[in-house]
Amino acid sequence: MNAATSVVEPIHGTSGDAPVEYGRVAKDIEAGPDVSHGPILYLDDITVAFDGFKALNKLTLTVMAGELRCIIGPNGAGKTTMMDVITGKTRPDSGTAFFGQTIDLLRMTEPQIAHAGIGRKFQKPTVFENHSVFENLELAMKTDKRVKATWSAQLDSAALDRIADTLALIRLFDEASRPAGLLSHGQKQWLEIGMLLMQEPRLLLLDEPVAGMTDSETERTAELFNTLAGKHSLIVVEHDMDFVGRIARTVTVLHEGSVLAEGPMDVVQADERVIEVYLGR
Amino acid sequence: MRDATTARAGLPLPGRPALYGARGWAGVAAAAGLIVFIAPLLNLAVPAGAALHLSDYSVSLLGKIMCFAILALAMDLIWGYTGILSLGHGAFFALGGYAFGMYLMRQIGLDGVYKSPLPDFMVFLDWKAYPWYWSFTDHFWYALLLVVLVPGVLAFVFGYFAFRSRIKGVYFSIITQAMTFAFMLLFFRNDTGFGGNNGFTDFKRILDIPIQTPQMRMTLFVITGVVLIATLLLARFIVTSKFGRVLTAIRDAESRVMFSGYDPLWYKLAIWTLSAVLAGIAGALYVPQVGIINPGEMSPAMSIEIAIWVAVGGRGSLVGAILGAFLVNGAKSWFTVAFPEYWLFFLGAIFIAVTLYLPRGVVGAFAQWKARSTSAKAAGSEPAQKAAA
Repeated sequence: MNAATSVVEPIHGTSGDAPVEYGRVAKDIEAGPDVSHGPILYLDDITVAFDGFKALNKLTLTVMAGELRCIIGPNGAGKTTMMDVITGKTRPDSGTAFFGQTIDLLRMTEPQIAHAGIGRKFQKPTVFENHSVFENLELAMKTDKRVKATWSAQLDSAALDRIADTLALIRLFDEASRPAGLLSHGQKQWLEIGMLLMQEPRLLLLDEPVAGMTDSETERTAELFNTLAGKHSLIVVEHDMDFVGRIARTVTVLHEGSVLAEGPMDVVQADERVIEVYLGR
Repeated sequence: MRDATTARAGLPLPGRPALYGARGWAGVAAAAGLIVFIAPLLNLAVPAGAALHLSDYSVSLLGKIMCFAILALAMDLIWGYTGILSLGHGAFFALGGYAFGMYLMRQIGLDGVYKSPLPDFMVFLDWKAYPWYWSFTDHFWYALLLVVLVPGVLAFVFGYFAFRSRIKGVYFSIITQAMTFAFMLLFFRNDTGFGGNNGFTDFKRILDIPIQTPQMRMTLFVITGVVLIATLLLARFIVTSKFGRVLTAIRDAESRVMFSGYDPLWYKLAIWTLSAVLAGIAGALYVPQVGIINPGEMSPAMSIEIAIWVAVGGRGSLVGAILGAFLVNGAKSWFTVAFPEYWLFFLGAIFIAVTLYLPRGVVGAFAQWKARSTSAKAAGSEPAQKAAA
């Protein structure tokens, strides 16, 4: 079995331990999203205004469990704001956002949303630059993240194996003890993706994941995302059309804060309104 | 499936890493030996006038600086490691000092100028009884409890509201500065009940033992040294733990910490409160050795000076914080005798020089120099694995 698939399987914590319980998070959140009806993410009628400018304008979007959804759109279309709303960074002025059937994202803080199973990669790779690559993965790993547990946390064999597998997957095994700040831009992108995987999220939000990557790195990323889809749900925001074409099953085009078009890549690319938005009138 | 042990080659081992290597522990043991055995021997057993005699002046100066070193460690934990610059640590230091000072005032008993059971300043204000908040302060253990609780509770409440409102960076620094300034004004008032601008002084006894003896001075010195070493080890435990790694992660990329599922509020609050408690303990050790506590310790300038010690020594390095406290205060005690009126200019000049030329302090500059000389030796071979911590 190769490392790529071993990481995407659900990986258990210390074998035999009771399920870890997290503080301040309701039980149904802890159970993860209820996707029995199919969708893992519902955004309905979301509006976010900054000083009158509507970054999101009655945005409605549904993502199915296991789906790999690409979001494209010109600058200012509201792609990053949408991710901010989903991860709790920005509160919308109106609308609803649900993770699965039961988890209301608009009532939760960023750490609670992360616990519930939504991982986010930022546009600019954000890793802990003074920590080693290994420590970056250690900190991201799914575990009890309250102060009390962290105070006395120690790495066990199972955790080390998990980190080792992820290091192999993101091809940073030989860099494990280097500070993350010394990595190349593409390597940082990979490290951040690795950190996301350590969190074992159900839904991954990836903001321009291949920016600054070489062609071969981009290709490997496309491969990885294709393996992740199905077990995880992914939302990828990307400008690189070539990359989108390689991974996309459904593409959503955002424009001025709402959905302009949605469908398979070739259909969307042929849509006249999309061409107009992208090429100017 | 790959073999687990070969897959982990080159990675850290399971379990917790050691606090220090052999050399580090040797250094700690040497410092402990100096403080607990050598210093008392040189001060009390070697006669005055002999070449090796450690003067009483040096003992009280070093004792005082060791209190500042504890304070610097407290500052380094919150600023150097967590990236939260407090310009109000003087308030926690002074509150710890005042808490223990209340006990020292009660120990004066009837030996004050007015031969009253009340402290002289209360007699002077024509007060007939202790205010309620002086209750039980004649009990030593209760006073020690106050030393921990007063700064701790204040920091917890203050920090909870500040961190919950996500007040960060320079805004946080400014409100801490305002806090210490407000406390200074409060304690300057005579009817606050803490002696106004004279504060507490003229202490006679601790635990009914006279305070102004060489033996007591040495005892306080040794206790301070032991607390300093214990604080260093505690801080070292923290910064080498996963908790400590989360703190530095908050310093470097707080949003990533949040989106990884950690709530920074509780991490910041924990280290902020611990730091305030350590500052309070330092203040409690300082007061009996210096013999006075007054609102001057709460002045904004004092709190800024604490930050300068840590900046000079090297923030993000525990040894650096201690070194910085010794360097700056050593220079201060020499300067204020030699050129009393120029000290503040000199202090400002040090701060500017350190900011411009030694951004990582003396310790950082040393580590850089060492890394350069070793890489020059091993020219062309392996690059340095990791920048010195």
